[in-house]
Amino acid sequence: MASADTAPGIAARGTRAVSTYCLLAWTWIRAAAQYPVSITLLALGTALTAGLDVAGIMVLFSRTPRIAGFSAAEVLFLYGTSALAFSVSDILLGTTERLGEHVREGTLDALLVRPVSPLIQIATEDFTPRRFGRIVPPVLVLALAIPRLGVAWTPGRVAMVPLMLASGTVIFGGVWVLCAAVQFVLLNSHGATKALTYGGATLTQYPMTVFARDFVRGVTFVVPLAFVNWEPALYVLGRPDPLNLPGWTRFASPVVGAVVCAVAAVAWRGGLRHYRSTGN
Amino acid sequence: MIEMTDVTKTFTLRRRTGRRLRRERTVVRAVDGVSFSVERGEFLGYLGPNGAGKSTTIKMLTGILTPTSGRVRVAGLDPSRARTALARRIGVVFGQRTTLWWDLPLRDSLTLVRRLYRVEERAYRTRLDELTALLELEPFLATPVRQLSLGQRMRGDLAAALLHDPELLVLDEPTIGLDVVSKATVRGFLARLNAERGTTILLTTHDLGDIERLCRRVMIIDHGRAAFDGDLGALRRAAGADRQLVVELAAPAPPIDLDGVPVITVEGPRQTLRLPDGANAASVVAALAARHEVRDIALRETGIEEIVARLYRGDQEISAPATS
Repeated sequence: MASADTAPGIAARGTRAVSTYCLLAWTWIRAAAQYPVSITLLALGTALTAGLDVAGIMVLFSRTPRIAGFSAAEVLFLYGTSALAFSVSDILLGTTERLGEHVREGTLDALLVRPVSPLIQIATEDFTPRRFGRIVPPVLVLALAIPRLGVAWTPGRVAMVPLMLASGTVIFGGVWVLCAAVQFVLLNSHGATKALTYGGATLTQYPMTVFARDFVRGVTFVVPLAFVNWEPALYVLGRPDPLNLPGWTRFASPVVGAVVCAVAAVAWRGGLRHYRSTGN
Repeated sequence: MIEMTDVTKTFTLRRRTGRRLRRERTVVRAVDGVSFSVERGEFLGYLGPNGAGKSTTIKMLTGILTPTSGRVRVAGLDPSRARTALARRIGVVFGQRTTLWWDLPLRDSLTLVRRLYRVEERAYRTRLDELTALLELEPFLATPVRQLSLGQRMRGDLAAALLHDPELLVLDEPTIGLDVVSKATVRGFLARLNAERGTTILLTTHDLGDIERLCRRVMIIDHGRAAFDGDLGALRRAAGADRQLVVELAAPAPPIDLDGVPVITVEGPRQTLRLPDGANAASVVAALAARHEVRDIALRETGIEEIVARLYRGDQEISAPATS
């Protein structure tokens, strides 16, 4: 019974998953492209809303030049890295929060009789180019902030920026899947899980020192969101860690990303198994 | 093609009881030791009242649900372990809900399905043309699925389930809510699919017309157990589907007294008699006419509806004959 689908290794399966994802996303984009006006308007709207976020931060800074000991450029750097990582993860996996809906309405069954992982099917659902509007503000913010940081750009620091963006995206991605997996068991929980995803994004957009110390500790260890940008950013900015964590934690983001993904994968499988054995 | 051996599926329901937060657990046996097998090319109708376990069986066959115990094999695969591999080889249609995407035009939905199953462009074109002709999809290919009528949607769903040319087609109540014309189109299409392509078809239904028109073999499930498995003729015999004689007398009379022909109902001048197995209708009618003034006589065979209603009510003990 060694079927063609179980035989290939993880790498081959990963490639296949990515190519299926792209194929499905592309099909959705082409379907959406039939309504170009609405796409343009919606993309503009998305960019505008996100732009207001930036304006808010600017206003804050025109009044108080430093927040918790961080300069405007540094705060914008933190904001930009987190927001960019989050937007990319949101573009790729944001619709997985609809899982609960699919379970409640019984439409998950339809996804399960198709030869593609329901995770990919839900993640690509309604994929429209307007999702890309969300990455415009963070990219602008970073373009503004990075030249004004005033740090010595050693090769390590230069390399750290894309690395932290990638790890941040992976961590947020893992959290999305984790939240979806929880919905297999706790229906109607997407309000609660939203607090994790969107709340986590908001949290990491400010220097962690604005928040109470114990809270930050909890966030660092329980939900490893501090690794999205805070820890690696401390390295880029050449700042000491207010929590006095060992130096290697500044470089731990990729590892944390891998761990979050592994946990999310286990949770997703567990959730799916739960669904398939209980039915709904 | 399908093999189910002693398959059981239980659900645990939790209910809050009383003031305390304690919950009571009840175990429901949705499918309780069902065994059957379906050969390649068969057309099997799967019948049962609501909650009998039909949908649960279908979900286990397609890998959506994992059986609590027992062995399931579909196309040589274990559905719950090789769900995606199996998905490439079977087509599934749920009558109650669509597997298409509400907001997309039917054509785009079908394109998405093609991508999901990785059907080659050329094979897809040929297949789509074929299905478009047979199911008359052309007029609404460009219409978003949410605007389709139920009959159009069902035809669209059928096309989507068959694009990858599956060996087995599983349909859960495919004709539910359809008007007479749509029903006829769907039935005609399924009959052709089975006859010409040799696609094995399993359908659940409440519509006995589906069974009479399409299925050579019927399986009835009730309370999670197989109550009957055989062809329509065997079902009639097994259910004691007798012939009845409806006699319209000139005037109301006491129940007619004929040897071996019991009266079932008396409604004024109209009396219904049951003809025993092997009785000669002609001689009974002759004897009747000799003794009573008869205005009209009708001979009635028990309809399949009534047979099934009897089965569901549990009036009749049905012994399931061995399947050939």
